[in-house]
Amino acid sequence: MLRFLADRLLAAIPTLLLITIIVFGLQQLLPGDVALILAGDERDPAAIEEIRELYGLNDPLPIQYFRWFADMLQGDFGRSLRTGAPVGPMILEKLPITLQLAALALVFSIVIGIPTGIISAIRKGSALDYGANIVALSGISLPSFWLGIMLILLFSVQLDWLPAGGYVSPLEDLGGNLARMVMPAFVLGTALAASMMRHTRSAMLSVMRQDYVRTARAKGLSERTVILKHALRNALVPIITLTALQFGTLVAGAVLTEQVFNIPGFGKLIVDAVFNRDYPVVQAVTLATGVGFVLMSLLADIGYFLVSPKLRG
Amino acid sequence: MAATGTLPVPEKRRRSRVVRRFLRHRPAIVGGGVVLIVVMVAVFAPLLAPYDPTATDWGKIRQAPSAEHWLGTDDLGRDSLSRLIYGARASLMAGVVSVLIAVGIGVPFGMISGYVGGWLDAVMMRITDAVLAIPFLILAIALAAFLGPSLTNAMIAIGLSASPVFARLARGQTLVVRLEDYVQAARSIGAPHVIILLRHIFPNILPPILVQATLTIAIAIIAEASLSFLGLGQQPPFPSWGGMLNTARSFLYQAPEMAIWPGIAIFVTVLAFNVFGDGLHDALDPKDE
Repeated sequence: MLRFLADRLLAAIPTLLLITIIVFGLQQLLPGDVALILAGDERDPAAIEEIRELYGLNDPLPIQYFRWFADMLQGDFGRSLRTGAPVGPMILEKLPITLQLAALALVFSIVIGIPTGIISAIRKGSALDYGANIVALSGISLPSFWLGIMLILLFSVQLDWLPAGGYVSPLEDLGGNLARMVMPAFVLGTALAASMMRHTRSAMLSVMRQDYVRTARAKGLSERTVILKHALRNALVPIITLTALQFGTLVAGAVLTEQVFNIPGFGKLIVDAVFNRDYPVVQAVTLATGVGFVLMSLLADIGYFLVSPKLRG
Repeated sequence: MAATGTLPVPEKRRRSRVVRRFLRHRPAIVGGGVVLIVVMVAVFAPLLAPYDPTATDWGKIRQAPSAEHWLGTDDLGRDSLSRLIYGARASLMAGVVSVLIAVGIGVPFGMISGYVGGWLDAVMMRITDAVLAIPFLILAIALAAFLGPSLTNAMIAIGLSASPVFARLARGQTLVVRLEDYVQAARSIGAPHVIILLRHIFPNILPPILVQATLTIAIAIIAEASLSFLGLGQQPPFPSWGGMLNTARSFLYQAPEMAIWPGIAIFVTVLAFNVFGDGLHDALDPKDE
C-alpha cells in the first residue's frame, strides 16, 4: 500500500511542476508591458520603474518563476491587484461555498446516474434503455447556464417558489441556504448525472460479459445477487475513477452555475477577477483547479486500490 | 507504391461498408441533417435574416414576438430572429476553428510522441497530462483573460485547451499502427520518417480522430457559448448565442422570451453534433456491435 502510494505521488510531481510553469507562463501572454498594467492609471516613468523593481520584472524569467514558485510553496499566492488583499485567503474564503454546491450536485448525480446506468445496462436494447440514453445525451448537450436560466424563469419568475439566486450561509439559515442551493445543485448535477449514467452503463455492460458473472448465474444465484454482489462491485472500479475525473466538469460547471445564480463562490471569483483584470487571482484559481485535479486522480487511485483486491494482492 | 495499398481491405469496399453502417444508424442521419441545416443558416445568414442583426431601434425595445419581429426585439431594439440567425456563424466558426487548432496541435504532437518513443515520449506525455489537469473551461477562461476577450482569442483558448485530448488519442493510435507490417516494410526500404508518419501512419489513425473531432465540435460550441455568456467570447454588438443569453439574464422579469431561443439553438446544434458523432463512431468502429 505505502509503496503504491509513494509511486503515485512521485509520478504526480512532474505534472504538478509543469502545471505551475503553464500557470506562470500565462502572464507572458499579456499584450504589452506587465508593469504598465500593474501601474493602472499611473503614467509617471519613475513610478513605473519603481513597480518594475518592486515586482522584480527586470529579472530574467527563470528567476521570476523561481521566486513566484518559492512564494507559493510558503503559501503566498501574491496580492490582488484590485484590493491588495492576499490571494490565498481570498480563495480559502470562497472555497466552502463552492464545495457545498459541488457536494450537493455530486450526491444528486450519483443518486440519479448510477441506478439509471445499471438498469439501462441490465435492460440493454429495451425502450427504457433507449429513453435513458436519449435523456443522457440531451443532458450532455444542454448548456448548463441555459438550464439554470430556464429554471429561474419557471420557479422564480413564473411560480415565485424559489429565490432566483444569492447565497446564505447554512450556519445562519439552513432553510434559506437550501432554498437557494436546490436549483444550482440540480443544474450542476444534471450534466454530471448524464455522464455518470453513460459510464455506469458501459462499465456494467463490460462486467456482465465476464466469466465470473456467468458462473454466478450458473450456480443458481438470484439475478439480484448476481448484479449487486458480482457485477456492480467490479463495475464500481471504473465508475469511481471516472467520477474522480469528472472534477474538471464539476469545477467548470460551478463557474457557470455561480454566475447564473449569483453565488459568491470560487467560480464567481475567477470571473470577477477576469473582468477586474486581477491577474494574480486568475492565476491562483487556475493553479488551484489544476492541483485539485491531480489530487483527485490520486484519490481515485487510492479508491481503485481499496476496491480492487487484484491490485492489493 | 500508393498509400491505398497499405489498407488490409480495399479502400473502396471498406468505404462503402462504413457508409452503409452509418446509414443504418437513423438518429445519426437526423443529426447530420440538422448539422447541415445549421451550416446552411450560417452560410446564408444575410439572405435569411429579415433585419441587420446590429441595427438598433430605440423605439422598439424588448418587444414581444409580432408579425414584424417573429421572435421580438432585444434590449436595444434589435431583431432577435436576425441575431439568432447570425449567431449560428459565431457558434459554428468557433466549433470548427477551435477543433482545427486542437487537431493541428494535438495530432502531430501525439504522433511524434508515439512514433519516437523513449524519453521524448515521456516528457511530451507529462506536458499533455499537465494541460489536461487544468479543467478545460478554466484554462480557456484564463487564456481568454490574458489574451483579451474576443471571438478569435476564445477560439485559440478553446483550441489550445482541447488539444491534449487529440495528442493522447493520436499517440495511442500511433503506438498500435507503428508495429503494423506495412509500417515496418516502409521502414525497411528506408522511407524517411516524415513520409512514414504522413503516408502510412496518418491515414490509418484518421477514423478515430474524425470521430473525436466531431464530438469535440459539440464541446467547443458549448465552450464558446459559455465564454460568450461570461463576456469573454464574441464582443458586442456582434451576435452570438451565448452573448444573447448573457443579455437576456438581466431581463428575465421584463422579457423572458429573450432567454428561450438562443438556448434552444445551442442545445439543438450541440445535440446534433453529438448524435452525428455517435453514429460516426459506430460506423467507423464496429467493435461494439
